[in-house]
Amino acid sequence: MSSAREQAIRTPAGAPGPGPHPGLPPRAGVGLKPAHVQAILEGAPDLGFFEVHAENYLVAGGPMHTDLTRIAERYPLSIHGVGLSIGGEDPLDPDHLRALRGLLDRYQPALFSEHLAWSTHGGVFWNDLLPVPYDQATLNRVCAHLDQAQDTLGRRILLENPATYVEFADSTLSEAEFVSALVARTGCGLLLDVNNAYVSCTNHGRDVLGYLAALPLAQVGEIHLAGFHRETDSAGDSLLIDSHGSAVDAAVWDLYAWTLARLGPQPTLIEWDNDIPAFDRLQAEARRADRLLAGLGTAGGTAGGIAA
Amino acid sequence: MSGHAAWCTALLDPDRDLPPGLTTWNGSDPAQRFAVYRNNVTVSLMEALADTFPVCQASVGEPRFRDLARDFVRAHPPRSPVLARYGQGFAEFAAASTLAAPWPYLPDLARLELACLDALHAADAPPLDPDTLTAALARPETLPALRLGLHPSLKTLDSPFAVVSRWAAQQGDGAPPAIDPGRPESAWVLRRGRAVLVLPMSAGDGRFARALQAGATLGEAAATAAADESGGDPDAAGGFDLTRCLAVLLREHVLTGIT
Repeated sequence: MSSAREQAIRTPAGAPGPGPHPGLPPRAGVGLKPAHVQAILEGAPDLGFFEVHAENYLVAGGPMHTDLTRIAERYPLSIHGVGLSIGGEDPLDPDHLRALRGLLDRYQPALFSEHLAWSTHGGVFWNDLLPVPYDQATLNRVCAHLDQAQDTLGRRILLENPATYVEFADSTLSEAEFVSALVARTGCGLLLDVNNAYVSCTNHGRDVLGYLAALPLAQVGEIHLAGFHRETDSAGDSLLIDSHGSAVDAAVWDLYAWTLARLGPQPTLIEWDNDIPAFDRLQAEARRADRLLAGLGTAGGTAGGIAA
Repeated sequence: MSGHAAWCTALLDPDRDLPPGLTTWNGSDPAQRFAVYRNNVTVSLMEALADTFPVCQASVGEPRFRDLARDFVRAHPPRSPVLARYGQGFAEFAAASTLAAPWPYLPDLARLELACLDALHAADAPPLDPDTLTAALARPETLPALRLGLHPSLKTLDSPFAVVSRWAAQQGDGAPPAIDPGRPESAWVLRRGRAVLVLPMSAGDGRFARALQAGATLGEAAATAAADESGGDPDAAGGFDLTRCLAVLLREHVLTGIT
């Protein structure tokens, strides 16, 4: 990124700056699951932070809020939106934005993040993160949505790079160019999902190291790690599904180590949303990330790893 | 048709053509890749319904429930990114579906399970403080004119079927309830602390609770609840029991205010 473009970055008033954010330590955290809350409150595990999906907490009261309040008293919190549809063709839902603002005001999380994807159209919510073409019209629309969301929420958003399964013939920009332009124009940060990077680059025959190097890595404020599921496409090549239902793959650990070598320690989330394991298993994944964050471990993935 | 409209049309119906403009790096079939999105959408929403209606699923069996859920998802995809209320309308959908015809109680069982979910996520409200209650009870002559504030989680349900017993049996060892499945039953559903309770009550008790929620005084609500009994249905399920109702309101911390 050129210095001229860096100067053009517009950051909402009062928003945290780039890089590691005050309040979310450069440690490993995990997604908070209702089934684990009791074990966490009783065992006080040594974790850097917890992350929750915003939409699960847009309910009036009850144990979801009771639990999150107790967790937030003890740990830094990251709130991750999965339903804002920033990539949507329709205007953002103002009621949903207001509800998110209320949630952020209530819990004051260290971070709020969302996705480069769409999930709502024509008033229907599709419960998936659907892809957008990388062209100028889409870029303008996503920038406008990000500006509106950051203004309404009163804070900087970290935008997550997507896991995708198809590409668009109309795309005129690479994904890294598209993300870089978004970051430069809106001042948003980047939630670097290393698993998504690996999944998408595998699914589309891209060089993952070249992809990562072309992203605005200085604006990364958090890293996500998760497991994928491997299928085969009709041409016989791997088709990786971002399933969040298993341990982090060795190749993704290697990429993570490569990323840390470039960026230094970053808050890192272990995502495991399906076939949720016992808390100990989740914590073991977090410890592995913590060892890499502390510069103590090796990725321990594929033989030889990835040359930095 | 916009790009996203074409996607939406194709997402829920595997017989539809793919949205235009999809490509793959290696010339592999984009339909197979688009199927990942189709599967994500439909299966995740079917799983959301299975999470909301576990007793319905257990009652009709997983294969039939999945057929019903798939039909419901395609006919009524969610209108909000907050899925805690997804499944509203499932009872009415099941009532009209031939797939659920062998289980005439299923719609009411679905209503009961949705009431449980609503109770779980309802707003918090502290119980009435004991001093206020003691002061009110010290002047019994004023009681009929009082209006009672009730916890936001309280819901009532009446069914011509034994859905309350069926729900209760499923909470234990899953054994079928040893009751007449055609017996009318009613319940109060409420949250006490972290737990959702389904309390077997009478239909008259339900009328009483609904009258209080509508703003009636204690005396008016009791009269409303008792009056409908004169219709002649001697069924015990219709019996209103003021003492039982008040005991539950106090014991389960449903009472949140007196004015």
